[in-house]
Parts: sequence; C-alpha cells; structure tokens
Amino acid sequence: MRYLPLSDDDRKAMLDAVGASSIDDLFADIPEAVRADGLADLPRTQGEMAVEAALSKLAAKNVAAAVVPVFVGAGAYRHHVPATVDHLIQRSEFLTSYTPYQPEITQGTLQTLFEFQTQVALLTGMEVANASMYDGSTATGEAVLMAHRATRRKRAVLSGGLHPHYRAVVETLSDFAGMAAETLAPDPLGREDLISQINDETSCVVVQYPSVFGTIQDLSDIAAAAHAQKALLIVVVTEIIALGALKSPGDMGADIVVGEGQSIGNGLNFGGPYVGLMACRQKLVRQMPGRLCGETVDADGKRGFVLTLSTREQHIRREKATSNICTNSGLCALAFTIHLSLLGEMGLRKLATINHANACALADRLAKVAGVDVLNETFFNEFTIRVSGAGGAPRDGAEVIDALVDKGILGGVPVSRLLPGDEAVKDLILVASTEINTDEDRAAYAAALQDVLA
Amino acid sequence: MSMNKQGRPTTPAPARSSGTAGDRNNGGGDVAPETFSGNRGLSLEEPLLFEVGNLNSCGVDLPQPLDCAPRLGTLARETPIGLPGLSEPETMRHYVRLSQKNYSIDGGLYPLGSCTMKHNPRLNEKMARLPGFADVHPLQPQKTVQGALELIETLGGWLTEITGMAAVAMSPKAGAHGELCGMMAIKAAHLAKLKRSGTAGGAIANNSAAAAAAVAAAPKTVLVPESAHGTNPATAALIGYKVKTIPADADGTVRVDAVRAAIDDDTAAIMLTNPNTCGLFERDIVEIAKAIHDAGAYFYCDGANLNAIMGKAKPGDLGVDAMHINLHKTFSTPHGGGGPGAGPVVLSEALAPYAPVPFIVRDGGGFRLVEEASGAHEYGTGHDTPQQNAADPFGRLTAFHGQMGMFVRALSYMMSHGGDGLQQASEDAVLNANYVRAGLRDLFSQPFGDKPCMHEVLFDDSFLAGTGVTTLDFAKAMIDEGYHPMTMYFPLVVHGAMLVEPTESESKHALDEFIASLRALAIAAKAGDVDRFTSAPKFAPRKRLDETRAARSPRLRWQEDASS
Repeated sequence: MRYLPLSDDDRKAMLDAVGASSIDDLFADIPEAVRADGLADLPRTQGEMAVEAALSKLAAKNVAAAVVPVFVGAGAYRHHVPATVDHLIQRSEFLTSYTPYQPEITQGTLQTLFEFQTQVALLTGMEVANASMYDGSTATGEAVLMAHRATRRKRAVLSGGLHPHYRAVVETLSDFAGMAAETLAPDPLGREDLISQINDETSCVVVQYPSVFGTIQDLSDIAAAAHAQKALLIVVVTEIIALGALKSPGDMGADIVVGEGQSIGNGLNFGGPYVGLMACRQKLVRQMPGRLCGETVDADGKRGFVLTLSTREQHIRREKATSNICTNSGLCALAFTIHLSLLGEMGLRKLATINHANACALADRLAKVAGVDVLNETFFNEFTIRVSGAGGAPRDGAEVIDALVDKGILGGVPVSRLLPGDEAVKDLILVASTEINTDEDRAAYAAALQDVLA
Repeated sequence: MSMNKQGRPTTPAPARSSGTAGDRNNGGGDVAPETFSGNRGLSLEEPLLFEVGNLNSCGVDLPQPLDCAPRLGTLARETPIGLPGLSEPETMRHYVRLSQKNYSIDGGLYPLGSCTMKHNPRLNEKMARLPGFADVHPLQPQKTVQGALELIETLGGWLTEITGMAAVAMSPKAGAHGELCGMMAIKAAHLAKLKRSGTAGGAIANNSAAAAAAVAAAPKTVLVPESAHGTNPATAALIGYKVKTIPADADGTVRVDAVRAAIDDDTAAIMLTNPNTCGLFERDIVEIAKAIHDAGAYFYCDGANLNAIMGKAKPGDLGVDAMHINLHKTFSTPHGGGGPGAGPVVLSEALAPYAPVPFIVRDGGGFRLVEEASGAHEYGTGHDTPQQNAADPFGRLTAFHGQMGMFVRALSYMMSHGGDGLQQASEDAVLNANYVRAGLRDLFSQPFGDKPCMHEVLFDDSFLAGTGVTTLDFAKAMIDEGYHPMTMYFPLVVHGAMLVEPTESESKHALDEFIASLRALAIAAKAGDVDRFTSAPKFAPRKRLDETRAARSPRLRWQEDASS
C-alpha cells in the first residue's frame, strides 16, 4: 500500500525491538469476544489509477455549475476564484499544518488568522472578529447562545427573512439548550413587525441582511429598539460580497455580525466546507466562541502572534466553556483572506457593483417574461420571483426549476425547498446572479423560462 | 488518581528573556549575528498585509460593470471599508513567505497525540477538485447531483462497515459538532422513551407543556472520565447536561466498578474515548456498555482514536450507541492549520431514528435527500442504506449537507487503502507507537508502567524531576531539533503529560532518527544542560512568545495607530 512505508522486514524488526511475538500481542487488551477479524466485507486496496477512474465516474453524474448557466444562491454563491488562491492554500505548510498550538513554528497560520480577523472586522463594521466558525448557519446558532450568555436572558426573536435552514439550526440548538427561539412568519416583502416582539426578556433579535428573499432593510430602528430593551442585534450575512456595496451592519448598530464567507475564496463544494464569520463589539469578546488570534512579542521583543483568551475554551474550561468548538475552518479562512487581499478595497467594491448590476439586468429581463413577477424593490445580487402560467394561475416553483434543468439552466432555488408545505410560497423562486453570468446566460434563462411558463 | 489541575498551565507562562541583543549575538558559536534586513537567508520576515498593501492596489482584473439604476434603497455604502489590496505577484510572495513559517506533516514528523497527523495524499486533493464535486451547488435540483449523493451514501457505507454500526449522520462539520449530534440524538431518544411510556408527551421540537414535562422527567447527568477531551464535558453542558466526573484507575483506564458506582437514576449517558487518551484500550468496555444500557442510558464514544482499531475491533460490537469520526484524523483529510474538519456520527439501532436532517435515502433507482424533519417517518422503516432509518429526526445541525469536500477526500483515501489496507494502517500505527515506546522506555517515564500502548504512547514528566526542565521546555527544545512537539499537558490525569502519536505514515528510519533525538534531549536534561531547554526554541522563526501579554491586553486586529 503506497501510503504505508513499513516493509515486512521492518515490521519484524520492530516487533522484536518491542518484545512482541506478533502484532496481535499489541492488541491483547481488546476482549477476545469482540475482536474483529479484519474488514473483509470492504473492497481491497486499489492503485491511484483505479480510484481516480471510479471517482471521476461518480463526479460525471453531477451537473457541474461550470457547464450550464447557473443562478442558484440561497446561502451559497458561485463566484470566480483566482487561480492564485487555490495554489496558495495547497502549499504544504498551510494545508498540512495543525491548529497552531506551537506558535513559534506556526507563525504563518497565525499571522494569516490575524489578517483574517482584521478583514472580517472591517467588512462587518465591528471591533473584533474570531478566527472563523464552521459555516454561516452554525455561526448564527453560536451567536444566539452568545447573546443569551451576555444578556443572561433566554429568548431570541428571529426574523422571517432569516434563511429557513439557519432558522432550523438555531431552533435545534435552542431546543436542546433549553432556550426559546421565536420566529416571525416568512414574508418575501419584508413587512414584518420585529420591533413589537422585543421585550425585556429578549436576549437578541436576529435579522438577515439582505434577507433570504433578497430584500435590503435598514436595521437602525431595530437596533435602537433592541438596545432600548438591553437586547442585542445579531445581523446575519449569507452573501458577504454584499458588504462591498452596502452600509455595514456595524454602522446600523449591530452588536454581533455572523455570516457565510464562502463567496470569497471558496467554491460551492455541494455545501461544504465553508467558512463561518463572526464579529462583535469589543465588550462582548470574552463571550465569543471559537479561536482568537492575538498579537504579542517573543523573547527577543519581535512581534508575533498566538492563540489567545483561551480561558473561554473547552480544553481549559471543559463544561464551563463558552462553546464546545475546537476545530474551525482554517484553510477556508485562509482562502478568504488571500482572495480578499487580491481584491482589496477597489476590487471588492467593483466586484460588488458587477454583481448588483448583473442582478439588475437579469431582473429586468425576467420581468419581461409573461408570468414572471419580480417581487423585490431592493436587492443586491439575489431576488424573488413569482411564477404563474396561462391566465395568471400560480405555477409550482419546484416544477419550473425542474423543467429549466431539462433546458440546460440551473434557474434558482424554489422557496418550497426551503419552506416545504407553505402554500403561500409555492410559486416563488429565489434567483441569484453573480459576476460569472454573461448576457448570453441571461438571454438563455429568459428564453427557457418563457418556454416553461407558456 | 486525582485530576492534575497543575499539569497544564492555564495561565500562559511569560516568555523568558534570552538576554540582551548583545548577548544574543555572542551567545554561542551556533547563533548567527543579526542581519541588517532582519532576514536570515531563507528565513524571511514578512509584515502584515495592512503594512504592505494599499487601498488602490488590486490583483484581479475585473470587467466594467453594466450600467444600471442601483436598487440598494437607501443603503448603498458611502464610507470606505479600509481593505488593503495587493497585486498578484505581491500576494504570491506575501503568502508564500508566511507559509514558510509553518511546520507541516509534509515537511516533518508531527507526533501530536490525539490528533493523528498522518500523510495527506494529494490524490485526495485532486479528486475533491473534480468539477462534478467541487462546482456543484448544495441546492441544485436533486436529479442533477445524483453522483454527489451516491458518494455520500457510499462513504456512509464504509463508515458503518468499519465501525459495525447501524446508521450514520453525515452532516456534522467537525469532531465537536459530531459530539453535539450524538448527544442530541441521545437526549432525543430519552425524550421519545418517556413519550412512549406515557410519562410525558410531546416532542422536543415544540415548546408545549408536555414537552417541558418530558424534559423535566428525563435524566440529566452525563458521566465523563477525567481523561476525556475537553470537548466532551463542553458538549454535554451545551445541551443542558450536568457532568459527573469518573476517576481513572491506577492503570490509566476506566474500570466498570467506577462506572457502576457513578450510575444512578439520573444518568443519561457516558462519554468515553476508546482507545482512551492515555493510549490504552479500555479493557472493561463491554461491561461498561452493559452497565450503562442496564441503567437505560446510552454510550457515546469519542472516536478521535479510531485510527488504532480499524479491522481489530468494531465499536458496534463493543456496545457503542453513537460515535463521531474525525475524517481529518483517521481518514487523512488535511488539517489546514485548524480545519475544516468533518465529523460524521455513526449510530446504533437505538439512536438511528433520531439522526438529524438532511439524510439520504434510496428512492427508485436513485438517491433522495430528505431535508425536512416533518414527514421523515415515512422513510423510517427500511434499512436499505445506512441513513434510511431516521424516522424521527431531532432537527438540523447545519445549513447544507455536511463537508462534501472532505467526504470526497476521505473516500478517496479509503478506496486507496481498501479494507485490508485500513487494517494494516491501524496495525502499523500501533506498531510505530510501541516502537517509539520501546526506544525511549529506559530514559522516559511511563505513568502506567511499561506495557503495550495503542497508536499513541504517553509519558509523564517524572523523568525530568530535579532537572529544572519542564514538559514545556522539553517540547520547545524538540522544535530546535526539527520536530513538532508532541501533545503537552494532556491528558490532565498525568503530570506534565507528553502524548506521542507517530501514526503509520512514518518509516522505521524516520522513527529511529526521532528516537535518537529524544534520547539525546533526555540525556542532556539529566546532565544539567538546562539552558538548551529553557531558552528554546533558538532556531524557529520566533523565540518563545509572551502569551500572558497577549491575553492581558488583547490586540486581536491590526489598527493603524496601534503599531508599537
């Protein structure tokens, strides 16, 4: 087996050195009754060529986004990632290093984490950020628990504009942790009244910006109402590139900002691995979960970086830790930081403008298709359409998306996939457009949709 | 044996000064003089991005945006973000230079106990980048992702076969997330049991009084040995369990009598690592599982150390109800400087019904992803697939379907090894650890006596007694010898612990060199060569870093005015 360096002669010599007569001597502590006799029911070892052939065959059964026009978003977005990013994250020293527990020989990872934390704080308009979370949804769940700890309250209010899968993650965590999560009904037009739900038991209000339906809402009033009750405002950003074009959540009074960083530096990967972002006000930092990298000096007075404030963490605090989190999303955070370094201020703002302009062009074009209503007045790079057939009868969004696949278009996410059983949203589709979409893509989408709805 | 609270410094030790700059330059024949640039040959200093980049640099050529009337309402950004950019060559140089300050498994032996730093095959990376896996959206119509679903399903089949378990939940994102998944399934099972027995009604998913009654009636204590990973008690506490610590026996294992003594009516589960963090197989494990099950509780096994027992013992046969599998340990997906990991959880028949959404079922000739808890029970009958029997999902742990990129890598690794190769990997991992043990046993101290270990060998610091050298000093001296230190001060049950896990990826030659270095260090420590240790590392990109200063006045981001 090519990954195993020991020869049979080595094994024999090493067993002699150990003083064992056979390898089984070393497994003598396993009770005899439960010793396994190998893994005979699994396939045998295979060479690189055979594995590559088998996996390539599986991969070929999927429709890769590269080969068709793609307008699918809802929390994961197809953006162009420069070749430099993937090359750099495959450097042995980044790819095959562990969590930087020995800072003297992991300054590379630590300095990039410090850069990542700074970039995330700047983008979100917050004072500090951590070294990443698993993804946007788990970061949201952790943010709610963090707000409960900080306010010593147990009731979260969730906007109906929060991604339904994020909501489900928060609800699951809240149920098991004995906390309450109250969710407003989803409303594509964002007309919900969050403020009236806030009271002196509320720990936090959770709002997605832009909402899962694409709508952009000024959160300043919600922040003021939350703060008046000593509750926190948690803002969730699932398309981080939007912050290149939009006012930052920090500017509107957010206390904690969490998000999905996949759009910068990371591919779609069928849902993971992604990179959760978490930033907050300085005064909340000791309630924050996850790793934090901080600046210090070495014995010679030279600047260096270490993991810090670890008295919050499970390996020190055990059952009193702020979270059970251990591993984060280091390599994805690195990809984020490298891509954002390539973009810089100018590049990110231009990229955001391109995304918005492409989405505007798409919305205008789809609006001209008979049977399509664009519901949003405001949006960044994703909006909601209502689809109807002849005579204005509602069409099933999932069926429309399926029919579009047969015409070679990945046309978006039917809202019914995120909110099954909700009749009011059955004819709604979330449509996203990024810098990768061309005018031909838009024309092909409009033509295909026209056919499907006719 | 009592918990060694002094073993690990919980407040960081201040860095020791290695003398003045003048002393430093003349400190010995092996220390080179300072250079004018601060660089030393191939070892280059690199400032922060914020010190080399600027707001007008960009390393990406983007097309001109289309003209449009913005639809951002009143919320268009009006203030700069403050993000510096770099051209492409500058970006390459900045991050290549930073990478060169890292130790890596590709570059050297990485004996970090409990972390399983094995070789990361590049075939895995190539496979994960096939567009059919890497460039697929999680919410594409399912008919366009049948190959992706088949891959997850196939990997699940390997995992259940290797562990002898009934089912698997694939979505957890890392080991600790997997622990959360397993413990949630256990809590859900207790509540469902109460519901069935009529003690209380209602599911946990709603906030009814009945559900509250079930929660009130359910057992609330989880037993955790003191040698456990910190994530275990943290996970239990996160979902409202009280943690009761079980002492380890003098031989480093948990004995069934200690478990029996700890069990009472309030016991919900035990969380046990096997092989344990002392590198030993828990010999009483079958009796412990039985005692736990007799009490109506469940057995959570921390699967961090699965690498020791593939093909040698199956957790399902040992009586385990739930176990997470760190794909980034046993199945070679890269650690990436701290993730991403992946933590699928294998489940017994008793817990399988409560696995979270999403999960995959066979549907006609293809595969279907079940994404909603409601209505999932219709899939809860057959056992066609490892995931098919999740009749009563406890909820959702993450937005999408788990760490697909890690799944591809892990399956690529497993297919390469095959069942025979995986067993050989475990045998070699155990042999390598014992070879290190045999090579050091006369100079180092083993806290539980000289007996075979599993895939990692544990030493304590008693061999350093009276030398003035601590475990930390010893670890830092290993850096100067070109090695990443072993895990230090863990497990907590041993004073000044040093946990060495060489993995199966090391050749005999590499181990011989490693053993020789460690022997030389131990001899030097005992001979009074203290400065070699207390001033180490001397040859790393940085000397010892002042962790106290970092924690006392945290500086967690770059700020223009903060440069000292």
